[in-house]
Amino acid sequence: MAQVLVVTSGKGGVGKTTSTAALGAALAQAGQTVVVVDFDVGLRNLDLVMGAERRVVFDLVNVIQGAAKLQQALIRDKRIDTLWLLPASQTRDKDALTANGVARVIAELKQKFDWVICDSPAGIERGATLAMRHADSAVIVTNPEVSSVRDSDRIIGLLDSKTEKAEKGGRVDKHLLISRYDPGRAARGEMLTINDVLEILSIPLLGVVPESEEVLRASNVGSPVTMCNPSSAAARAYCDAVRRLRGENVPMTIPTDKKRFMEKLFGRRAA
Amino acid sequence: MRFRGRSYIAFVLTPEAPIFDWLADLDAWTRRSAGFFVGKPVVLDLSAVRLSKDAVAHLVAELQTRDIRIMGIEGINPSEVGPELPPILKGGRTAATAVEPVEPSPPAPEPTPAAQEAGSLLLESPVRSGQSVVFPHGDVTVLGSVASGAEIIAGGSIHVYGTLRGRALAGSIGNPRARIFCHRAEAELLAIDGFYRTAEDMEPSLRSQPIQAWLQGEVMLIAPLN
Repeated sequence: MAQVLVVTSGKGGVGKTTSTAALGAALAQAGQTVVVVDFDVGLRNLDLVMGAERRVVFDLVNVIQGAAKLQQALIRDKRIDTLWLLPASQTRDKDALTANGVARVIAELKQKFDWVICDSPAGIERGATLAMRHADSAVIVTNPEVSSVRDSDRIIGLLDSKTEKAEKGGRVDKHLLISRYDPGRAARGEMLTINDVLEILSIPLLGVVPESEEVLRASNVGSPVTMCNPSSAAARAYCDAVRRLRGENVPMTIPTDKKRFMEKLFGRRAA
Repeated sequence: MRFRGRSYIAFVLTPEAPIFDWLADLDAWTRRSAGFFVGKPVVLDLSAVRLSKDAVAHLVAELQTRDIRIMGIEGINPSEVGPELPPILKGGRTAATAVEPVEPSPPAPEPTPAAQEAGSLLLESPVRSGQSVVFPHGDVTVLGSVASGAEIIAGGSIHVYGTLRGRALAGSIGNPRARIFCHRAEAELLAIDGFYRTAEDMEPSLRSQPIQAWLQGEVMLIAPLN
């Protein structure tokens, strides 16, 4: 049975798209068939992060409006052949998404894939609510700072009320993914600690992605970090998160970039 | 001078067409429970029928002869009600639904029927940012936390066993004896019967402590709970 997973956060710029790409790629690398769906109509980015921006012909809005078939809009990843992208339209806005259209597309995708990962736009309006509408589970991406945490809390409330599952009396499984975490700054009290965030949001932790230059580098070359540099700390964090998502019991650790650590060490010695 | 809102429970009668049959059903019902409506506030909901101005006046008069006094009418265009008829009411809420969202859909869980009968509302899950829990009929107890940006409005007292980070407004329908209790106080605002204190004018030493707040005259007092 296909799993519909929404990656959401409320606040913008916390790493939803990066995480969608990384989780999608890691799941595909683990042998699952995966489609990542960009719901950020008008401000699409997932195609760039996936390195497929030059191959977009049709998009989600075309499929919803019946101008194209789903098969025409889906773009297969060139590196992993079980990974697919359904891009958003850049020239339209969120009003082009209809509830019925989204329901139909998601139902069709569920027939074809093991995982349907919806990349939610920021905010709590139409785009975000439609992205979460049919979700079985949700990954809430949160940065360890107060505004991001409060926005995530708001989104959790919406997941408990506005999703199809919640309206039928069920519960969307919620997983917290803390991104851009810097253990040093947290220790110095410059950002919230993992426990602070967990205490406020009270949902299970899926993983902690450390602040890493590798993430930006991966985005710039159009490759999910789990493919671009699988040994980087961020990639290992996403791979662990995916194993937990699939029900494996993986001890919670915060991966660090060994090389950077050594550089720091030597740097300090030289100084 | 102080003007305060107050909410009351009223019975709502919803006539259905044809009115003649509906009145006959009502008569049959009141014969079994004689005097049920005597002295009780009753609101007439006309959203299910289409009546002329005269027909509305006639219906109100008919009910009057049955000792049913109509305190307000809803579900009708204001132009169809003259000054001789009861006033139009708007924004009524079914009393069984105690949790009202700010947004069109209900983000908070429905209270269990048992909790309602007891005149209190028990929330077992955390109250999330942006949610507004309104319960004018009594106390509200939250087992989890109340997030920053969330609010609890209770007719009675408010008990929060987790961390209270949002707003708590107790005694909202004019009850100065209501109190606020929380296991850990990080509240943005506490209010009892219209008197409030924001986070800024709370004693810093009370932060993150278990506290209670109550009214003494027109002053809100906050003290540690131990």
